Amino acid sequence: MSRQILGPFNRVEGDLEVSLESEAGRVTAAWVNSPMYRGFEQILVGKAPSDALVMVPRICGICSVSQSVAAAAALADASGARMPPNGERAVNLMLATENLADHLTHFYLFFMPDFAREAYAGQPWFDDIAARFKAVRGAATAEALAARARFFRIMGLLAGKWPHTLSIHAGGSARAVGPTERVRLLSMVREFRAWLERHLFGDRLEAVTAIDSLEALWAWADTAGPAASDLGRFLQLCRALDLGALGQAPGVPRYLSHGNYPVDGVPGFARGVWDADAAAVTPFDAADVAEDIAHAWLAGSATARHPLEGQTHPDADKADAYSWCKAPRWRGHTVQCGALSRQVVDGHPLARDLVMQGGGNVMSRVIGRLLEIARVVPLMEQWLRALAPGEPFHVPTTLPDEACGTGLVEAARGALGHWLVVRRGRIHNYQIIAPTTWNFSPRDASGVPGALEQALVDTPVGAGDTMPVAVQHVVRSFDPCMVCTVH
Amino acid sequence: MNVLWLQSGGCGGCTMSLLCAETPDLMAMLADAGIDFLWHPSLSEASGAEAVELLSACASGARPLDVLCVEGALLRGPHGSGRFHMLAGTGRPMIEWVRELAGRATHTVAVGTCAAYGGVSAAGANLTDACGLQYDGDASGGLLGAEYRSGSGLPVINVAGCPTHPDWVIETLLALALGEFGAEAMDALGRPRFYADHLVHHGCSRNEFYEFKASAEKPSDLGCMMEHMGCKGTQAHADCNLRPWNGMGSCTSGGYPCISCTEPGFEEPGHPFAETPKVGGIPIGLPTDMPKAWFVALAALSKSATPKRVRVNATADHAVIAPVNRKTGLK
Ligand code: SF4
Ligand code: SF4
Repeated sequence: MSRQILGPFNRVEGDLEVSLESEAGRVTAAWVNSPMYRGFEQILVGKAPSDALVMVPRICGICSVSQSVAAAAALADASGARMPPNGERAVNLMLATENLADHLTHFYLFFMPDFAREAYAGQPWFDDIAARFKAVRGAATAEALAARARFFRIMGLLAGKWPHTLSIHAGGSARAVGPTERVRLLSMVREFRAWLERHLFGDRLEAVTAIDSLEALWAWADTAGPAASDLGRFLQLCRALDLGALGQAPGVPRYLSHGNYPVDGVPGFARGVWDADAAAVTPFDAADVAEDIAHAWLAGSATARHPLEGQTHPDADKADAYSWCKAPRWRGHTVQCGALSRQVVDGHPLARDLVMQGGGNVMSRVIGRLLEIARVVPLMEQWLRALAPGEPFHVPTTLPDEACGTGLVEAARGALGHWLVVRRGRIHNYQIIAPTTWNFSPRDASGVPGALEQALVDTPVGAGDTMPVAVQHVVRSFDPCMVCTVH
Repeated sequence: MNVLWLQSGGCGGCTMSLLCAETPDLMAMLADAGIDFLWHPSLSEASGAEAVELLSACASGARPLDVLCVEGALLRGPHGSGRFHMLAGTGRPMIEWVRELAGRATHTVAVGTCAAYGGVSAAGANLTDACGLQYDGDASGGLLGAEYRSGSGLPVINVAGCPTHPDWVIETLLALALGEFGAEAMDALGRPRFYADHLVHHGCSRNEFYEFKASAEKPSDLGCMMEHMGCKGTQAHADCNLRPWNGMGSCTSGGYPCISCTEPGFEEPGHPFAETPKVGGIPIGLPTDMPKAWFVALAALSKSATPKRVRVNATADHAVIAPVNRKTGLK
């Protein structure tokens, strides 16, 4: 048996260290450590509740809008505010822009460059993949960055700037859209659609979302357009390297989604927990969530607490702790979350088939994200068409001096929740569970490892390999965001 | 010119902002200017031991280091140990790495307000003891100390902003690569003057409302946000309304006040961000170089002269009254 510590893990957002135990070329146990702590939950205490809208986006520069939306939702829950239809759609557009840009950044800049590493030189597909995806120098890097920057003009117009906009409020968006601006926004979405259809998919978005099974996906991959696309290239790698068998976490068959993109108060993507063993969705109730700090460098109660009663007090010397990350649990269970979970809970047939056949794994998590890109762009077009310039985008709200609120949203990486308690007009408690807190949680009090810790078990590691590339695929397949994790 | 980029107590947003640069090929543009990223946590291939080797070589001087960029605040706690941020895989606090590397770098650049002054990471009671590279809020010092000078003889260059505008970073690096960035290019807080010699107020699309003190009262109103909404555009050093964000935006055009994110201490304004503190009904944070009495007199005058169009539009989310067409005789 050998033990090794891997880090720094780059091309993830933030800081990550992984310890592995392995035997006979396979990982037997993993410990995931988030080695940086800033303490946003304490920073917020005592501030005016509206100041959360300034502070929380700065938890994370890659999903700052998701943090804003969660804070606005918590404030709305606490005040009984309801966004007008224009406000809902404008916020959906901002959130969708960020989520899709994140998926793009992840695929092109964070995930694919690993297949262009020396470890794969000599593979029959290597030259093509390296020319396209090599870190910094690959042709796709330049193309994807340019497409991303162009797509983010939506945020320039609708949000002033990205990251860290302040236009999202409990009562809607502070930036109303005029008639010609609506047309201009539509042209930006179309430009992005055209880019995706040419480079990422090699096909119409509607054709991609119509793929309803793994079998249909392979058949689609073999046709000419898709074969020359970036998704086609990825599927070719899935076949060559059997990525559908890598990074499974059979002990974590629960897929959580908070649901996203409400229109008239009804989420566009459903909320719930998909239980793969029972092949059924269970309704999600925020009362079923608790956070455990047994192995986190945090002082306080040994029993798991609901976030409204949650505490966050650093204790760097705590025995048995190995991460700043808490261990959130749903009904006491470890769950996984992310785009795949979102699509599974929402019932997309391809996502369900992927999970029924191989669970969460490197291939299904990446497909989940790309499928989501294809599904959300047409929604953006719909929301834009439905905007009604002249009608309000924001309604004023007032928050009572004593209140509590829950804000649930889906960031690109999965389920994000904010819990807020206001006393005498000031923030009394603010607790956050980020997607990567779920996925990269440490062991809980009963010793049950988090989703990544389980997914890493069985991953092949070469003797003397200081940074096994398969481990990197598994880690990055979750698209972790470590700055969010411990905030 | 090689560049090593590290992230510590920040959100990664300054990197994400950099990747929004308005150029068809950011990497090629930098490469063409002779700028080469030795390592960047979001972009580079090298992971784990390979990355640590590279950092060690720079820290020991075995590999020359032209520019050290640090994004995020430096977390000195708990009790000066730096354990709130250990550099993964090294068992050493990030502040030790940064001290060593800064001692070798020809230029040291703080990217973003966190790295410059502490920023949001230093907000509240600052339990992590966060500070900037060479400032702790507006007090000189920080991690490296007031006396610190990089190999070039310059103090830390503070490309402040939360996040920084992509061009502020790129143009600073380009100027360094050209050898055209000296002490005179920095303001009193170490910020590049090419953007810090402007105020956010310059070029703000709400300037007509400002002139007449026609004020916004709630989010989504079109009026000037100085009087009631906490906008600090008249005091914040940055060219946000002259140099668009994400192709066409700025905070004030996005519908919300400037919170002066390029200034030390912006994270603790001493009042709710979206409210203007006032004494006797007069905002306390007036334009920096305007005597208060003058401001009060001019505001009273301009308020009394506000055209109906400007007054009505100020509290609406779209222009309710358009400027009238008038035969002017001008051709
Ligand atoms: S300055 Fe702002 S955007 Fe930059 S790292 Fe710090 S919090 Fe993030
Ligand atoms: S307008 Fe103000 S708050 Fe916005 S980016 Fe510029 S300096 Fe920062």
